[in-house]
Amino acid sequence: MEYETVIGLEVHVQVDTNSKMFTRVARGFGEPPNTLTDPVVLGLPGALPVMNFEAIEKSIRVGLLLGCDIAKVCKWDRKNYFYPDMPKNYQISQFDQPICENGQVEIELPGENPAVMGKHRRVRLTRIHLEEDVGKLTHTEHDSLVDYNRAGTALLEIVSEPDLFSPEEVFAYLNSLRNSLVYAGISDCDMEKGQLRCDANVSIRPVGTETLGTKVELKNLNTISGVRNGVEYEIKRQTSVLLEGGTIVQETRRWNPEQRYTTAMRTKEMAHDYRYFPDPDLMPVRVEDEWIERLKKDVPEMPFDKQRRYQDEDGLPYSVTSALCPDKLLCEFYEETARLCAQPKKAANWVVNDLLRELSTAGENGSLSLEDAKITPAHLAELVTLVEDGSISSNIAKEIFPEVFSTGKMPADIVEEKGLRQTSDSGELETLCEQAIENDPDATEKFRSGKEGAINALKGYVMKATRGQANPKVVDEILRKKLGT
Amino acid sequence: MSDTLHEMTAAELGEALATGKASAVEIARSFIDRAEAVDGKVHAFLHRDDEDFLAQAHASDERRSKGESLGPMDGVPVAVKDVISVKGQPLTAASRILENYVSPYDATVVVKLKRAGALVWGRLNLDEFAMGSSTENSAYGATNNPWDLACVPGGSSGGSAAAVAAREAPLTLGSDTGGSIRQPAALCGVVGMKPTYGMVSRYGLAAFASSLDQIGPFSQTVEDAALLLQTISGHDPLDSTSYPSEVPDYRQAIAEKPGPLKLGLPKEFFGEGIDAEVRQLVDEAIQFYRNEGHEVVEISLPMTDLSIPVYYLIATAEASSNLARYDGIRYTHRSDRAENAIDVYAKSRGEGFGEEVKRRCILGAYALSSGYYDAYYLKAQKTRTLIRRDFEKAFEQVDAILTPTSPTPAFRQGERSEDPIAMYLSDVFTISTNLAGLPALSVPCGFTGVGLPVGLHIIGQAFKEADLFRVAHAYDAVHSFGRKVPKL
Repeated sequence: MEYETVIGLEVHVQVDTNSKMFTRVARGFGEPPNTLTDPVVLGLPGALPVMNFEAIEKSIRVGLLLGCDIAKVCKWDRKNYFYPDMPKNYQISQFDQPICENGQVEIELPGENPAVMGKHRRVRLTRIHLEEDVGKLTHTEHDSLVDYNRAGTALLEIVSEPDLFSPEEVFAYLNSLRNSLVYAGISDCDMEKGQLRCDANVSIRPVGTETLGTKVELKNLNTISGVRNGVEYEIKRQTSVLLEGGTIVQETRRWNPEQRYTTAMRTKEMAHDYRYFPDPDLMPVRVEDEWIERLKKDVPEMPFDKQRRYQDEDGLPYSVTSALCPDKLLCEFYEETARLCAQPKKAANWVVNDLLRELSTAGENGSLSLEDAKITPAHLAELVTLVEDGSISSNIAKEIFPEVFSTGKMPADIVEEKGLRQTSDSGELETLCEQAIENDPDATEKFRSGKEGAINALKGYVMKATRGQANPKVVDEILRKKLGT
Repeated sequence: MSDTLHEMTAAELGEALATGKASAVEIARSFIDRAEAVDGKVHAFLHRDDEDFLAQAHASDERRSKGESLGPMDGVPVAVKDVISVKGQPLTAASRILENYVSPYDATVVVKLKRAGALVWGRLNLDEFAMGSSTENSAYGATNNPWDLACVPGGSSGGSAAAVAAREAPLTLGSDTGGSIRQPAALCGVVGMKPTYGMVSRYGLAAFASSLDQIGPFSQTVEDAALLLQTISGHDPLDSTSYPSEVPDYRQAIAEKPGPLKLGLPKEFFGEGIDAEVRQLVDEAIQFYRNEGHEVVEISLPMTDLSIPVYYLIATAEASSNLARYDGIRYTHRSDRAENAIDVYAKSRGEGFGEEVKRRCILGAYALSSGYYDAYYLKAQKTRTLIRRDFEKAFEQVDAILTPTSPTPAFRQGERSEDPIAMYLSDVFTISTNLAGLPALSVPCGFTGVGLPVGLHIIGQAFKEADLFRVAHAYDAVHSFGRKVPKL
C-alpha cells in the first residue's frame, strides 16, 4: 500500500519587545543566568503580571500580516503543570479565545532548478495565541540547572492546519513564515537563540483516503533543517510500522539530531490535565476596530508580493528576485538604488552579485550586515550612472566597487582621484591605434585575412597604453576604420 | 483622649505628634513595651523587628524637626498581616513552607505607607495562607482573643484584629477573601474594613484567591479606618485588577452627617442560626439608625444560600493554582526525603502545608479538572454573576445593607477546628460581598453578657467607600465600642 503524509506545525516565535510579557524586566539572550529576573519573573509571593501592550500589538500585526481574524476580545488563561521551567508552576497562555484565528501562509515549492519559480500554495492556519515563554533547564550528571532569563518572554504560538504534505513543504512553510515575521519586525526569528522553535504533528494515511491517521507530535526540532530531517525520519518510521502490520501510537516523540532518529517521550495516556482557567490577575483585552484599522496601515508588503512586483514591474528575472526578496533590507537598498539611477535591472544585478559578495566576506565574523556597511544606495546609483554615461567602463566599475564598499567614498571621487575616467578623445586614440597597427603587423595581417579575434591584440595595446581608460567601443570603431573594414 | 500612647487612636497619635506632645520614638517604644507585656498572652505577632521600627521612628522625628513631616500618618505605627511583602522582612503566611523566606520587595500598600511616613512594623499571625476563620490554622501557634484568651480571635486576619484590640498597634492591615478582615474585627471588637475589589493594590499580597482578595484596615474607630484606607488605596500600574480612579477624601466625607438614608435588611441574613445576643445587639444598632431618622426596609438577596458553595469552588480553584509556586524548588521549604523531582514537589508540599491548605488545594484542583470544569468552576462563576446582580438590584432600593458580621461571638479554641463545614459557616454573612466585589465593614456594636464583642456589618456600593464610612461613622462616633480596652 502507498501512504501519504499529513503534517501540521506548531511554531513558537519570541516577540521582539523591549521588556518581558508581564513585567518591566528586559528581554534578552546570552546574559549571565538568572539576571533578567524580578519578583514577577521568579513568581515570588505577591507578584502580579501586567500585560505588555507592545506584545499584544505585535500579535495583532502578525494576525493582519497572515490574514487572520482578530479576536474582538481575548483573555488570558493559566495552564497549570508542575515543572521547574515555570516558577509559578503555571504558564499564562490563551486557551479558548486566542488573539488570532484562521489566516494563511503562502509557500513556494522548489522549482525545476534554482532559476525557475516553483509552484505557490497557501497553507491554512488554525490559530495564533500569545503566551509567556518558560525558563531553560540544563541537566548535568547529578543536578538540573535552571535559568529564568528566558522565562516570561512574550511568545507567539502559530498553529497550522494539517495542511502540509511533505518535508519540503514544511521547509518552505518555515522559510516563508520566518521571512514574513522578520519583514514585519515581529521577531528576528533566530533559531540559534531559540527565537523560533517548532513542533510538528506528523501522520500518514493510505493514498486516496480522507481521514487523518494517528498523529505523532515531534519535539526538539531546533533548526529548519532539523525540522525537515526529523519529519522525514518520522514518515519513514511510521510507514515501516504500518507496512509491518503494526499500529501508530498517539504519542510525543523527541528528535535526536546527532543520531538522527526519534524516541518516545510520552503517550496520550500520560498527557497532562492542564486545568486551564481564566487568569484572575489579568483583565480580558478588548480589541477595538479603530485599533485594528490603525495597525492595518503599517502592514508591510509580503515577500512574495514584492517578488511578483519586481518581476512584473521592474522586469527582474526570478533568479535575481529570489535572492533579493528574503531580505527586507536588501530589497529596500535595491529599490532606493533603482529609484536614484532609474536602472532597475542594473541596480538589482549589482545588489545580488557584487553587494552580497562583499557583505559575505567583510566584517569581523566573516560577514557584515547591510546595516553596518558604509555603502549606501547613493553610492551604487552613482556607480551605475558612471558606467551608463560612459564615464567609466564596467571593468573599472567592478574594480573600484570593493573600495567604495569598504571606505564609503563616492565612486566619482575615486574615479577622479585615480584618474580612471574613460578616454573617448578620438585624436589621441587615433594616434595610439595607428601605433598599434604599426607595432603588430602580424596581428594586423591575421585580422585582415579574416581572423576576427586578432583585433583583440591591437585593442589590448591601446588599453594598456591608456591604463584601461580608453572607451573600448570607440577603440574598436577606430581600429576597424583604419584596418579598412 | 487617652493619656497612654498605646491606647490612642491613629488620629490622636497624629495630633500628639503634630503638637509635639509625643515623638515617633516615644510612640514606637510605647507599642514595643505593650507588645512585650501582652503578646505572650495574645500571640498576635509572628515576628517583630523592633530595631527597624525604632529606626523608622527616628527618621520620622528627624523629618518633623526639619519641618518636613509627610502628613497625618507620619510617625504612626502600622503592623501588617504576614502575607503582605515588606522588603527585608520575613513573609511566612503562617506556613512552614515559607519558613525561611524573606521578601526582597515592598508591596504597593507598604510603599504607600512608607511614603506617608507610617512606621511599618511586625508580622501578624493568620490562618495559613489566609485559609480559615479562627487563626488556629497557623503553623506557628494560634492567636488568642484579647477579650477571652480561651476564645479564637476569628480569622484569617486574627493577628491583625487582636493586635488592635490588645492595643499592640493603633492600626493594622489584614486581607479579606471571604470575611477575613470583618469577621475577626467583629470577634475582637474593633473596626475592620474590606474595600471594593480593585480599590487597593494587591501587588505584594501573597495571593489566596486573586479575584476575591483585598487588603484593608483594622482600627479602633471608623475615622482611623478611613485615614488608613486613604493612605493605601489608589490605582496601581503593577496590579491589572486595580481600579483607575481618584481616591476621595474619606476623612472629609465622614465629617459630614449622612442625609436621610434607606437601609436594607436582607431577610435571608436574619433567619435561623444567629446567636440571640448577637441578634439583640445588631437590632439595637439598627434601631439607632431608625432613631436618627433613616428608613430601614426589608430586602431580599435570593442567591444568598449559594454563596458558600460558590465561594468554596472559586476560592479553592484559584488557590490551587496560586499556591502551586510553593514547590520546594526555589525559595520554599524543600524536603530532605525527596528522591526525585516529583518527590521534591510532593514531599516538600506535604511537609510544608497544613491540613486546611492541602484540603483546599485538592478541592480546587478537582474543580478545575478536565471534565469537571463546566459542572463546578464555570457554574460557580455564572452563579457568582447572579449573586452580584442580587446586590445591584438591592442597591436600586437602598443606600447600604446592614447585617450581623458573624452569626456568633468569638467561639472557643478547638470548638470548630475538627469540623470544616461549621468553620466555613462562620463567614456566611461576609462571603457574598467578596463574590460581588463590594466594600463592607464591621463596626463594634456592643458586648454579650460574658463580655465578648459583637460587630455590625455594613455593606456599601462599589467604589462608594466614602458613603460607607459616613454611614458607619454616624454610629461609631456616638457609641465608640472599639475604644474599650480589654483587661489583659
